[in-house]
Amino acid sequence: MKFTVNEKEYTMEPQPGEMLSTLLRERLGLTGTKIGCNEAECGVCTVIVDGDPIVSCTYPSARIDGKEVLTIEGLADWYARHSDKPIAGKLHPLQEAFISHGAVQCGFCIPGQIMTAHALLNEHSEVTSDSIRYAHKDTLCRCAGYPTIEGAILSAAKSLKTGKPVEPPHCQSSGKPLHSVGTLQVRPDAVAKVNGSAIFTDDLQFEGMLHARVKRCLIPHGFLRKLDVEAARALPGVKAVLTAADIPGRQNHGLFTLDWPALVGINERVRYVGDAVAIVAAETRDIASEALKLIKAEYEELEVVDNPIRALEKDAPQLHEKGNTLKHIKVRKGDVEKGFAASEVLVEHTFHTPTTEHAFLEPECSIAVPLANGRMEVYVGSQIPYSDREQTAAALGLEPEQVRVVGQLMGGGFGGKEDIAGQIHAALLAQAAGKPVKLLFDRHESLLVHPKRHATQITVKVGAMKDGTLKAVQTLLYGDTGAYASLGEKVMARATTHSSGPYEIEHVKADCYAMYTNNPPAGAFRGFGALQGQFAIESMMDILAEKLGMDPVALRRKNALKVGGVTNTGQVLEDSVGLRECIDKVDAEMRRLGGKNPFKAAAVKEKPDCRRAWGFAAAYKNTGLGGGAPDKAGAEVELRLDGSYQVRTASAELGQGLVTVLRLIAAEELQADVNKVDVLVMDTDLTPDGGPTTASRQSYVTGNAALYAARKLRETIAAAMAKEWKCKPEEILLKDDNVSFASNRMPLSQVAELLKAQGADTMAFFEYNAPETKPLGEGGNMHFAYSFAAQAAEVEVNIRTGEVKTLRIVAANDVGKALNPLGLQGQVEGGIIMGMGHALTEEYIVEKGIPFTDHLARYRVPNFTQVPEIISQVVEHPTGGGPYGAKGVGEIVSIATIPAIINAVYNASGTRVDRLPVDQEKVRASFSGGQAV
Amino acid sequence: MATWQYYHNSSTTNDALKVLKNTSESVKIISGGTDLLLDIQQGRHEEVHTLVDVNTVPTMHVLEILDGYLHIGAANLHRVIAQSPLVKEHAAALATASGLIGGPQVRNIGTIGGNVAHALPAADGTIALLCLNAQADIASSNGFRQVPMAELFLGPGKSALKPKEEILTGFDIALRKKGEGSAFNRTMRPQGVAIAILNLAVWISMRADVIADIRIAAGPTGPVPRRLTAAENALRGKTITDKTIAGAYEAATGEVQLRTSRHRATQAYRQDVLGNLLEKTIREAAVNAGVKL
Ligand SMILES: Cc1cc2nc3c(=O)[nH]c(=O)nc-3n(C[C@H](O)[C@H](O)[C@H](O)COP(=O)(O)OP(=O)(O)OC[C@H]3O[C@@H](n4cnc5c(N)ncnc54)[C@H](O)[C@@H]3O)c2cc1C
Ligand code: FES
Ligand code: FES
Repeated sequence: MKFTVNEKEYTMEPQPGEMLSTLLRERLGLTGTKIGCNEAECGVCTVIVDGDPIVSCTYPSARIDGKEVLTIEGLADWYARHSDKPIAGKLHPLQEAFISHGAVQCGFCIPGQIMTAHALLNEHSEVTSDSIRYAHKDTLCRCAGYPTIEGAILSAAKSLKTGKPVEPPHCQSSGKPLHSVGTLQVRPDAVAKVNGSAIFTDDLQFEGMLHARVKRCLIPHGFLRKLDVEAARALPGVKAVLTAADIPGRQNHGLFTLDWPALVGINERVRYVGDAVAIVAAETRDIASEALKLIKAEYEELEVVDNPIRALEKDAPQLHEKGNTLKHIKVRKGDVEKGFAASEVLVEHTFHTPTTEHAFLEPECSIAVPLANGRMEVYVGSQIPYSDREQTAAALGLEPEQVRVVGQLMGGGFGGKEDIAGQIHAALLAQAAGKPVKLLFDRHESLLVHPKRHATQITVKVGAMKDGTLKAVQTLLYGDTGAYASLGEKVMARATTHSSGPYEIEHVKADCYAMYTNNPPAGAFRGFGALQGQFAIESMMDILAEKLGMDPVALRRKNALKVGGVTNTGQVLEDSVGLRECIDKVDAEMRRLGGKNPFKAAAVKEKPDCRRAWGFAAAYKNTGLGGGAPDKAGAEVELRLDGSYQVRTASAELGQGLVTVLRLIAAEELQADVNKVDVLVMDTDLTPDGGPTTASRQSYVTGNAALYAARKLRETIAAAMAKEWKCKPEEILLKDDNVSFASNRMPLSQVAELLKAQGADTMAFFEYNAPETKPLGEGGNMHFAYSFAAQAAEVEVNIRTGEVKTLRIVAANDVGKALNPLGLQGQVEGGIIMGMGHALTEEYIVEKGIPFTDHLARYRVPNFTQVPEIISQVVEHPTGGGPYGAKGVGEIVSIATIPAIINAVYNASGTRVDRLPVDQEKVRASFSGGQAV
Repeated sequence: MATWQYYHNSSTTNDALKVLKNTSESVKIISGGTDLLLDIQQGRHEEVHTLVDVNTVPTMHVLEILDGYLHIGAANLHRVIAQSPLVKEHAAALATASGLIGGPQVRNIGTIGGNVAHALPAADGTIALLCLNAQADIASSNGFRQVPMAELFLGPGKSALKPKEEILTGFDIALRKKGEGSAFNRTMRPQGVAIAILNLAVWISMRADVIADIRIAAGPTGPVPRRLTAAENALRGKTITDKTIAGAYEAATGEVQLRTSRHRATQAYRQDVLGNLLEKTIREAAVNAGVKL
């Protein structure tokens, strides 16, 4: 067949079973087209065929005979050919707008977004918000920068029409921008992410690379009794088949608890469908898949423990040696019984949150490359590179230094790329086969295997006085941590400590049972337990407000934590508690938009079946690991001979914008041009340990490490120059490319040489140790900082069908200091939309240990058409220890969204949703009951 | 091993028929592939040796008025149908349904022929065509024949087409006359697969404010896509009022087989939604027919 791709002609024959995406990526090397699902659901693989956008993963390559294909790699040239005044190498206005508006986060969906938008703009010169949403309905972005993407498309359309440059975004900078911190800066990786040249793990190629697949048990619970891999070994093209017996080193892995076998051995227990019993490496993925079918495994099946309450019963099968209880977590303050006795009003209710899935658009991929000197390199998008290194080395029987983890761009993580996925398997196979091995999960495998968000059952009892003063809160939580611990203990600890909300309460008692079950493991996921706990308490606050006949905002304001207040773990808050300001700002905006009584259901003009109302919620979230865990990060900053700086740390960039934050901080300290600072992350050979990228800790902890390292480097420079110019170090001025004193001036490149000549270090390293925290139960500072938020949601409920739509979200987040406003905007939008997903669309269903949600088609992440209008304000109550006062951002943004929406649904419909996500049948049923407004 | 071994781009229906017949291995027609390929990849359909693509047959892309009927070739894309002024004019229900299927990228691949031939009881295009009383055109080595849409289905996922001998080539729909109109609606659940909990299409012929004739199709209301004839009978000759609609709803609940499907909808909810869709869609069809309500 004959066809063109990006105007280049090709003559080649289609291969059996080959989709267009495979032809583009593997035969033409055009890896800008990404694969997110391979099931026509996500739109990430969108390319243009004869002018129309199609999903290339579900389009046989044999169909392009005689057709023209345009991919992201060809867009800039396409633009040059079609514009009046072509400028070589210039990006398409869409690409420029995506960069300048900050629409690029992890970047994995971006080629698909841009190609979809290009098809739209090419057909219609006039676009509107509605036409963009219609065209992008099935082009998903899990970072959920939809509003920003929409803004970028609108300004690109304008630029195309007028021929004028792309207009900059309307984005609020920090209230008090500094030299670089708090100013609008684009991501350093943005250009590569809009032109298709950004390389993710699956895009890498190595000479002689083999392809791995994993034989999973696919039963929830049992003993592996027999395993026969001989037929698989004998299959031509198969290079290695390994079982538990072949592991040279440690069998188990785990982030804190080593309870997860990389491979389950004969007569050992399989605890969930994703447990691996054998791994295969072969010349092609198809051969490896064929080999899996030849592996025969026999199991003795056992009773499936499918929920945490069953797990706690005495007669339940015990899944681990130490039993089924991962941890009983307790919070005690005062005496709740006394508190309840003294209360004038009591309310009690039980809430359920489901298992949810990260659904990062880039499925897990690991490539292990054995080196001639016996070392192993692992290429992987990982949130904790140093932990991967330790865990992989242990399995291989090597020292950690013999493994190098080379972190790759990540197409989203959200907590789901903290645990081992394919790293160990790929490395074991590479070690055995002596060749590079790629292990790529397909979407189905990704859904089955990696840890999810804990499903929880939470019972809340609240005692209050008639004036609204909270006297006592008691909560009882059951958390389903699934087959393995992962970060379950930490997640459920956060759920427990946050379960009485951001309020000062005299008496608190919280108990949580984090239980092992035969469901897929649960671990870290943005919001980290605090999300579940606060869905319950914030729903409860509205129940209480109604019972008291009190305004729900006033109730929250009355009890809100403030500086000097004492949390439920006994921590005295010393600074940076912007909660009341958040509440007040959101309240004012909500009433401006929704009138004096926004919580009352209102009829909708021209929609007789619909009712609208607002709902309100507040939230807080710790920054950093806390609870006594040492929380540290290392960073180094170097002045290079060309006069530019480099910051290095192994912390992870998963799309959230850490690289920009570090760049801004170093540029601030060195008073340098941000473009002269680059950042290298996630390489265990080249960058110092930055600790895990979790718990909203990176801006604070690694940010501080970079700050102090940069400061140290500045001091070195000042000392050297003071010596040179015979002045005091304090008199040395750093500015942009130069160092100066009085009339003396020297470009940085010369300064670097001078330092070298003087024998001074051009590199400064700093290991930052966050302020000490205390374990739960000991009082004192459980965490070194907290972020706060308030949100209001306006929903529309169709009373004939029970359907719910989120119309508007008003949000205020106290983040201490907006270091990187463009990145913050992305986090806020993405967090709110993810929260909305949790309230309305997302549920990972497991039936008796078997995931029903085994394809992306069965897991709805919010799409473009569901996005509400977002009105966001930033509140900056600086925290003493944070860099420029900053604290965590990534998680606080989505927590309040859920209860705000759920409270709004109640206000609009009278249905109290106590089980997420909203079931429209239930909402509808409450109307059939006759209590229409 | 691979999803398919050999892919044939047919030049004519005869060419396609020949390959279908002469292939000794497993063989299957493919149009957009948005149902078939995913069914194979996800194990709901066995692997196929030869795929016979009918997208490349020019006659199957015809969309025009032929012999007093609106003829829609089976290989027409959902996007093309949704945007076609002819379809909007003569078959509004189908234009609406086609515009709702999947997302833009899927509408640029998926075809109306595939939607019908897949024979699912709640396929949106199928339900719309059913209310429009479309005739299906079928080509075989014996020539062409026409079958009323309703006779095309044997069971869920099972069409009456002979797999190795017949190709669905298109549909013929009577042109809209004065007083006639149609409409389509569906109710979705925001969680899980994007298949309608219930969809419903109405074709109506109004004489002044009286319903001279009406056809209603809804899915899933049984093992195959089906008409709600009892509801139609209840409405014929009546005016459109809350009461007559309530009567039609009652008749409809007596004839449909609504099921509870796991994690999607209970039977009771489907029944409830049926009432809402029925009322809304009848009124919209009447408006499309030019009646002021
Ligand atoms: C993301 C996504 C969303 C979707 N959303 C919807 C939706 O909202 N509503 C909906 O109804 N469907 C939906 N679908 C299903 C599907 O896209 C449609 O049913 C589509 O119309 C199928 O057409 P196709 O051309 O792709 O069929 P194919 O997959 O090519 O074929 C389907 C079946 O029909 C047979 N066939 C195809 N053409 C002919 C012919 N001319 N003669 C005889 N047999 C033939 C094939 O052999 C096969 O068995 C969705 C699918 C996806 C992937
Ligand atoms: S739609 Fe093709 S990869 Fe998801
Ligand atoms: S930027 Fe869209 S998925 Fe990350």
